[in-house]
Amino acid sequence: MTAMTMAGAINRGMRAAMERDPKVLLMGEDIGQLGGVFRVTDGLWKDFGPDRVMDTPLAESGIVGTAIGMAMRGYRPVIEIQFDGFIFPAFDQITTQLAKMHYRSRGLINLPVVIRVPFAGHIGAVEHHSESPEALFAHTPGLRIVSPATPQDAYDMIQQAIASPDPYLFFEPKARYWDKAEVDEARVATQLSGEHGASAATAELSRGRVAREGKDVTLVAYGPTVRLAMQVADVAASEGRSIEVVDLRSISPLDSATVVRSAKRTGRVVIVHEAPTAFGTGAELAARVMEQAFFHLHAPVLRVGGFSTPYPGSKFEHDYLPNLDRVLDAVDRVMTH
Amino acid sequence: MDTQGPLSEQGLVRMLTHTGERIEDERFAPYAADLDAATLRAMWHDMTVLRGFDLEATSLQRQGELGLWVPSLGQEAAQIGSGYALRTSDFVFPSYREHGVALTRGVDLPEILRIFRGLQHGAWDPAAHGFHLYTLVIGSHALHATGYAMAMDRDGLVGTGAETDGAVVCYFGDGATSQGDVNEALVFAAVNDAPIVFFVQNNQFAISEPTTRQSRVPLAQRGAGFGVPSVRFDGNDVLASYAVTRWALEQARSGTGPVLLEAFTYRMGAHTTSDDATRYRTRADEEYWAERDPIARVEAYLRGIGELSDEAIEEAHAEAKALGRRTREAVKSWSPPPTSTIFDHVYAEPHTAVESERAWFARFERSFTDKGAHA
Ligand SMILES: Cc1ncc(C[n+]2csc(CCOP(=O)(O)OP(=O)(O)O)c2C)c(N)n1
Repeated sequence: MTAMTMAGAINRGMRAAMERDPKVLLMGEDIGQLGGVFRVTDGLWKDFGPDRVMDTPLAESGIVGTAIGMAMRGYRPVIEIQFDGFIFPAFDQITTQLAKMHYRSRGLINLPVVIRVPFAGHIGAVEHHSESPEALFAHTPGLRIVSPATPQDAYDMIQQAIASPDPYLFFEPKARYWDKAEVDEARVATQLSGEHGASAATAELSRGRVAREGKDVTLVAYGPTVRLAMQVADVAASEGRSIEVVDLRSISPLDSATVVRSAKRTGRVVIVHEAPTAFGTGAELAARVMEQAFFHLHAPVLRVGGFSTPYPGSKFEHDYLPNLDRVLDAVDRVMTH
Repeated sequence: MDTQGPLSEQGLVRMLTHTGERIEDERFAPYAADLDAATLRAMWHDMTVLRGFDLEATSLQRQGELGLWVPSLGQEAAQIGSGYALRTSDFVFPSYREHGVALTRGVDLPEILRIFRGLQHGAWDPAAHGFHLYTLVIGSHALHATGYAMAMDRDGLVGTGAETDGAVVCYFGDGATSQGDVNEALVFAAVNDAPIVFFVQNNQFAISEPTTRQSRVPLAQRGAGFGVPSVRFDGNDVLASYAVTRWALEQARSGTGPVLLEAFTYRMGAHTTSDDATRYRTRADEEYWAERDPIARVEAYLRGIGELSDEAIEEAHAEAKALGRRTREAVKSWSPPPTSTIFDHVYAEPHTAVESERAWFARFERSFTDKGAHA
């Protein structure tokens, strides 16, 4: 076990992947000598050189488009998009090309491209630096979408995503980059060196986890809101309520089985994400809970998320984003049924 | 220094040396001919005040009053010189570092800080100043600028020879020249003969990446491929910036189509207050460029011709200081309006999703005053 921040865990995970497979290379803006604006690639340019840690021209469509070409020749590009709000110049390449090549080629072309996106808010930034665009991509078949909430998951999941033959959007909760925890480096190394390592990795990446057990309410979160959900569970516990926290980890595929299992026990579900509630991950999940656990529910499934406004000035982000009060309010509402 | 590539001095138009001696440039001298000492002094004055403001904003950020600041340090000549070449009939699309141009368009500088204090995304009325909002997504605004210019053309505001003739100036950085949107803007502007001046401030860096990561050739050379006349000039020379921009604007206003300008300058500060430039550039490089400070250069020139007195210098510094004080007081006095205002202006007409959330939020806030807060 080694103590790591989440940023450090992703850094070490990428380093391990690069050591394991010479075809893994990194692409992005300012990821070389600078080590990325969040320093997630710190030291890698020095150790692996500019051919494997590429400071690209300032053009996201170019980055993703050329990564696709490289992946066609067996490379495994890991892209850093500098901030969530700057992925959109690449939206076309991601949704019309990256997502569909395997299907269009009838399985002949794999595109093992990982697009890392520091996302979500709570860093007091100017506009376009705090967004949560995951649902825009989740609506596109052909992409896998994951988001770690802890250093351990960050360390494991980045390596699993790189090893998997499919394209990934890897959403990193940037406000959690500096959270520190002990990380076990051995388990994922063993998994990936196994005979069906990539398949096992993909399967594991597709599953959520119960982060805390409880019996009154199922609180579902991922990425940046997992920590909030855990805090809510603590506060609720002091009020005599037992909250089960599910960390989805994966948004596409969505591990509804884990949520449904929990919902059948608690009968109450609250979903929390930073992205706008409308048409979000929570909407999809709520629909699945209705379809699969309707007769076990004691209350309507509630969602707490960003409002239907553009991300406001950072002075308002605490109120715009789900916070302790808003999630507790939702817990209250499902409990009064 | 590189002799061929995008960081070379190849083909730079220059009218003042870095020690402040005047050089005659045959082609562009006529465009500075009307520039009397008083106007040049006014430019110097604005550059000085701008820098004072800029440094104050940096210190406000350091003290936690601003979330971020994007300094214009070192780019004063490129911005003030080109800004002075504009008329009210022109329209500017800035990126996010053009505080100097904002000043020449009559934006009260402290107002810019509302954005960087996290209060709002836009802080002035674009139409009132002929100066669009800042755009943080690199290159996007180049297309808006082009469309705006195409519309000005359709509205008969180009090529009549009248004072109402106008053009658009679109500012962006060296990094931005790699974006698809910027290249598409050049294509659209070219095939439509749009009255637009693309103004690249090549400050040699896109955050940490030197311009050599974006191009093999000087950026002005890109214009030829689009059929767009282009000029490179010394961006730390306010006289060249004024004259070349004036020429470009006259071209564009006359209806002959777009022009691409490259102001070769240097970002003397970090990219933003979040950046640490020591990670990717040398002290020696910074010192070399400190000797080419755009303000010192024009100051030396004006002093050399006996047009800048000690009193005038003192006065400008006092004014910069006073602006600094006013800025500090203004920033500290701004407290956020009620959170309910985040629901304003999402749409021009009521939208049920926004209105129901607005109503929900009002009830939610009331619930605290009614029964006391939760945690
Ligand atoms: C589409 C997009 N990608 C990435 C960024 C992050 N970013 C902000 S400024 C910057 C560098 C810009 O360099 P340049 O165009 O040379 O302008 P400068 O900041 O030097 O004035 C980058 C990469 C962004 N704002 N927009």
